[in-house]
Amino acid sequence: MIKISDLTKKFGSNVSLDKVNIEFNKNESIALMGANGAGKTTLIRSILGYYHPDSGEVLINGLNPVKDRVKVLQNVSFVPQLPPPIKLSLDELMQYIGIGASVDKELIMYYANEMKLDIKANLNKSFFKLSGGMKQKMLIAISLAKNSDIIIYDEPTANLDPKARDDFYRLLKQNENEKVLLFVTHRLEEVKDLVNRQVYMDLGGITSDERL
Amino acid sequence: MKNLFLIAYLDLKESIRAKWFLVYSLVFGGLIALFFIAGVTESQVMGFSGLSRLLLMYIQVTIVILPIFILVTTVRSISGDRDSHILEYMLCFPISLKQYYWGKVIGRFITVYLPVLFAMVVAVAYGFFKGASIPWDIFFLYTGLLFALSSAFLGIAFFISSFVKSSEVALGIAFFIWIILLAFIDIALISLMMQQRMNEELIIFIAMINPMEIFRVAAISLFDPELTVMGPVAFYILDSMSQATFVFVSIVYPLALGLIFAFLGFKIFERKDLV
Ligand SMILES: Nc1ncnc2c1ncn2[C@@H]1O[C@H](COP(=O)(O)OP(=O)(O)OP(=O)(O)O)[C@@H](O)[C@H]1O
Ligand SMILES: [Mg+2]
Repeated sequence: MIKISDLTKKFGSNVSLDKVNIEFNKNESIALMGANGAGKTTLIRSILGYYHPDSGEVLINGLNPVKDRVKVLQNVSFVPQLPPPIKLSLDELMQYIGIGASVDKELIMYYANEMKLDIKANLNKSFFKLSGGMKQKMLIAISLAKNSDIIIYDEPTANLDPKARDDFYRLLKQNENEKVLLFVTHRLEEVKDLVNRQVYMDLGGITSDERL
Repeated sequence: MKNLFLIAYLDLKESIRAKWFLVYSLVFGGLIALFFIAGVTESQVMGFSGLSRLLLMYIQVTIVILPIFILVTTVRSISGDRDSHILEYMLCFPISLKQYYWGKVIGRFITVYLPVLFAMVVAVAYGFFKGASIPWDIFFLYTGLLFALSSAFLGIAFFISSFVKSSEVALGIAFFIWIILLAFIDIALISLMMQQRMNEELIIFIAMINPMEIFRVAAISLFDPELTVMGPVAFYILDSMSQATFVFVSIVYPLALGLIFAFLGFKIFERKDLV
């Protein structure tokens, strides 16, 4: 589903991705690991089509995520490393996603409820006024409600309490069939039951790739 | 299309809630309240229509305040969202960059133009209430000039916003452009250039490419076709074309300028890394 060939991305003289070659296929749940600054986020952003590569290419179901961003992103769910300070209220955010990405509001509410986030009580609150953990729960609920073939999480559990983490992994477990689940994490123990492939990165390259 | 309007609508809603919008509306509302009084009292002395003098002053202040307000509030719209990683999240949905960018432009345009229009309407309503005769032709031309001025600076702001790395730099560039353009509407500066025996055509050209100066000459020529308050450049300009042509140019040119800059901004936005 995701094919990355010879992908190089530089920022100035800093090479963040150095000729990366890797494929991610259906029914794979991948733990993407590596030291800070290894290039994990850069790789994910390249998959989302945010970066113009210096060389090489990313193909998602044969499509280029920069040129065909709308088609590609129809099939992708993403939760970023840090929840952004979005000023829209939860209601407006759901409207944006409801109309822009055809995600059912009720389904977002359902997953939020499963994550113990009460959306109804915060409907008119600005997203950035939620607590760190609540923000992440909201973004996770959206990612699950947007029934995508590719789900990408850039360390989404940092602010979650242990209970919420369990809820999150339980929901993921129910949702991983027939999908690619790409999971950036620094804590392998936590996702051990969930993943069937471990990829390590360092200095902008893939250093190890094992299937379990 | 629905995404375009969705983005414009949400941006408008977000702006209206923001503090800067409140300040912006209050500044315009407050100014016009001041000018009511000034305009009406002065009219008895000068024999002008009170409302027209009011509008004239309002327009003069607008030249200074409107551009900087638009620049300051808009220049950070894309670059600020990039800085704060809002773009990274909002653009992970299947929304085309075209819809996102132009949706933001439309939303911002409505945001900045509404209070201006509102103040104009209040002025007319007040004049009506006071029994002054309302100069409708002037009112509509002014509204058109304001529309054009707003779009010029909005386009410039989006252009800056699309390429700067951080919103602080964006703000700096915005101030710089504002100061430069403001400096070149100063009659003193232009007279100085004339004293220095600079080429007349060059002076006129510099005046004519500046949307602020164009706005100023056009606005004042509406009120005072004799141009007694105007200074030399306006004479030159209105000597070479009729007033009607000039007013037409001064609506079309800033509008085109704004569109061109906004379009260039879009091209840059599309070609650059998004986050
Ligand atoms: N926009 C950018 N401009 C300049 N350099 C960047 C940019 N984004 C990333 N980098 C650099 O690229 C390298 C890889 O960064 P990246 O964010 O991909 O690391 P990471 O593996 O996600 O790290 P972490 O575990 O800390 O999240 C770093 O050296 C970083 O400084
Ligand atoms: Mg990272």
